[in-house]
Amino acid sequence: MSEQLQSDFDKIVKTSKLSNEEIQFKKNFLNNFKKRGFPNRKQEDWKFLDISQIIKKNISDLSFFNDYSQSNKIDPSIFVDGLEHNKIIFINGRIEKIDFNFEDQNKIEIIDETKKDIPFDYENSLIDLNSAFTDKVFKILIKKNYFLKKPLIIYHSTDNKIKSTNINLRLDFELGENSCLKLIDYFSNNTAKNFINIFYNFNLEKNSILKNYKIDKFRNNNLKYSFNNIEQNNNSVSETFILSAGSDYIKNEINCNLNGEYSSAFINGIFSLKENQQHEIRTTINHLVENTKSYQLIKSVLGKNSKSAYQGRIFVNSKAQKTDGYQLSKAILLDETSEFNAKPELEIYADDVKCSHGSSSGSLNEDSIFYLMSRGLNYQQSKELLINGFLLDVIEKITDSEIRNLIKNIIGVKE
Amino acid sequence: MDTREKDIENLKDYKYGFTTDIENIKAPKGLNEAVIKFISNIKKEPKWMLDFRLKAYERLKLLKEPNWQKPKYPKIDYQDLYYYSAPKSMSEKPKSLDELDPKLLETYKKLGIPLQEQARLNGIAVDAVFDSVSVATTFKGELTKHGIIFCSMSEAIQKHPDLVKKYLGTVIPVTDHFFATLNSAVFTDGSFVYIPEGVKCPMELSTYFRINASETGQFERTLIIADKGSYVSYLEGCTAPMRDENQLHAANVELIALDDAEIKYSTVQNWYPGDENGKGGIYNFVTKRGLCKGKNSKISWTQVETGSAITWKYPSCILKGDNSIGEFYSIAITNNHQKADTGTKMIHLGKNTKSKIISKGISAGFSDMTYRGLVDINSKAKNSSNYTQCDSLLMGNKCGAHTVPYIKNKNYDSNIAHEATTSKISEEQLHYCQQRGLNPEEAVGLIVNGFCKEVLQQLPMEFAVEAQKLVGISLEGSVG
Repeated sequence: MSEQLQSDFDKIVKTSKLSNEEIQFKKNFLNNFKKRGFPNRKQEDWKFLDISQIIKKNISDLSFFNDYSQSNKIDPSIFVDGLEHNKIIFINGRIEKIDFNFEDQNKIEIIDETKKDIPFDYENSLIDLNSAFTDKVFKILIKKNYFLKKPLIIYHSTDNKIKSTNINLRLDFELGENSCLKLIDYFSNNTAKNFINIFYNFNLEKNSILKNYKIDKFRNNNLKYSFNNIEQNNNSVSETFILSAGSDYIKNEINCNLNGEYSSAFINGIFSLKENQQHEIRTTINHLVENTKSYQLIKSVLGKNSKSAYQGRIFVNSKAQKTDGYQLSKAILLDETSEFNAKPELEIYADDVKCSHGSSSGSLNEDSIFYLMSRGLNYQQSKELLINGFLLDVIEKITDSEIRNLIKNIIGVKE
Repeated sequence: MDTREKDIENLKDYKYGFTTDIENIKAPKGLNEAVIKFISNIKKEPKWMLDFRLKAYERLKLLKEPNWQKPKYPKIDYQDLYYYSAPKSMSEKPKSLDELDPKLLETYKKLGIPLQEQARLNGIAVDAVFDSVSVATTFKGELTKHGIIFCSMSEAIQKHPDLVKKYLGTVIPVTDHFFATLNSAVFTDGSFVYIPEGVKCPMELSTYFRINASETGQFERTLIIADKGSYVSYLEGCTAPMRDENQLHAANVELIALDDAEIKYSTVQNWYPGDENGKGGIYNFVTKRGLCKGKNSKISWTQVETGSAITWKYPSCILKGDNSIGEFYSIAITNNHQKADTGTKMIHLGKNTKSKIISKGISAGFSDMTYRGLVDINSKAKNSSNYTQCDSLLMGNKCGAHTVPYIKNKNYDSNIAHEATTSKISEEQLHYCQQRGLNPEEAVGLIVNGFCKEVLQQLPMEFAVEAQKLVGISLEGSVG
């Protein structure tokens, strides 16, 4: 693999418009990645989803080079209907279009940040890989006091023009004081057996609001890894919703630092898995100062041969008194071959806190099914109704009503 | 002075922190084949036992010390330890209690277990382990009548080799992790219990462990076998003298419950925790594992952990028999610079197996406490269930409390529920108690005892009283 990495990297050096300085910068990341390799189950954080093995088994011909000087054709059929929105379109890892037509152009700035270092410490080799092979890195800056009128949808799409089996993308966001961004990640993948590595960096200034919805619904057999790093200042709010259903393998990782007082983070997630899928959500919420709040709710519905894992960690610094942290994970196992793993973790160094977590897993309640069947539904209908109610609970947590309805339609959950 | 203050006065300095001047026989320092042969030889062990040890030692050479735990400790030099230390007068084992070295008896009196009295009054059979050698087993006559075997491990190896051979190492194999394997290679003594078919043990069996000599590790090995339809309740208590250096305690405890049998294992652990600055103290790295081998069997662990500089143990249940039950009740208290990483593992293999985990952690001072647990329901363990509750109480903002549960559900017929909370003693509760005339310390004692009640209830009566006192005393100086 090491040779492939080097030769693909050399091709990038030849074809891309990156400056010498930028290339040198990327080289360091490449060397770091070569040293560390893909994470495997021996690392505690990767215990439940061994990416190294999955890649070995599924993507034996791993390659990293895409010619980003050529543009791709945009297929308009991927666009979301019935919701006016701004667009960023990624096709095969290349940014094809950034379109903020609904907004005041003076309030949004797009800055080239290709040379900017990773702003936090990490021990994650996939970030090294990402940094070595991403094309240009842009930062989207929302200026002070600006609320985006329409949500921004980022389309992640792959088509048969793709050359490599691995694509890496990265975006940085900065939300100025008292600003607001609603962001939807929408995946449509028409290729198979690719490893897609996404890295987002959010910086939330005072009083700003970020709402991020990740929707991966359509079945495909790719491997996805997505890492969100969220830094929050005073009184800021972040809301993340994850629908984890489409790809064969997905790991969503969220690292949230509550750096300012009265900041809060909400994470809600749904795993809806069918045959042979293996998904994971891993969250780390760091309560670093007083009076911060976090809330997490993750629900799984697991079909035949599927496996979901939830690793949630709440860390409370000794300074972070009056922290309120809550975490709940629930799973319904539909088949004898489904499997649910959880590691809800609390690490607490302050005494005046309210932290709790709960986790439960089991099959559908036979009594409830009996009740519904006695009211005239058949077995299948009763089952569906119960699952519907189980998931609705999470969707109700979405604070934006327009997007809530959109997601309800996408998942097919009824009220 | 009321009694409580006296208790505290006594414990200002660790109450059990005396050493006894007794001549010791020690094996040469260090860990090698010769030392293992020396231990085996001095205990006049048969060849199969020596082979067992050597096999473990061969395996040990390949193993690395684990380091994933939360409390880190300075590297232990395993070549700088004595692996065998026995009071000299023991080399000729006394026939009865009257022949014991009077100084030894004095030690036990200080510990609060006068053997003779205990034997007569309490009706608890005690096997006392001093450093590494089992000193005396009381109440033999009564037990023999029921066919119960309760003796030291060395005696069992001599007198009941068939039983030992059949069961030793079946729950904790010689190929297990580092500390368990180390124990298999060098263990010196411990208790052996066999309850025959259909017998309900008429009294509580009890062991008292004490580390006396310096620079010794204590490696005892306990094996309890409950045959079909039998019942036994076993208690274990531990103390050690005050010393500047850290001492290692790496014991192995194996429990085996056959069809319809029940074993109740209770521990009150009060090893020397080190001084206020975290100097000295025992490293308590113990492997405890129970196997519910037969149908309808039950194993229940209850532990009160107040001592040790570092406690690192996970009493576990392997629920292999159908309908078997595993329970784990724990109170862990850390104060000053103590550290604990404790919890349990419940491995569900059989059908309709049930497990319950209640863990209460209290940390004060500069201490650090971790609950780490595993609930694993195998795909064949149909209709199994688990309930876990772990609560932590923090006193002050210099200590830490952590919860790291691992939950694995591979069976859709089974249910797992897990709950955890972390909180502090509320001002209202304190205010209420103080308004009623309690001083702050008494109030905290009362509230903490209430917090731990679910677990304390599980202890046998004699132990519950001691444990309750211990809970109050361990938190001494942490209020305010």
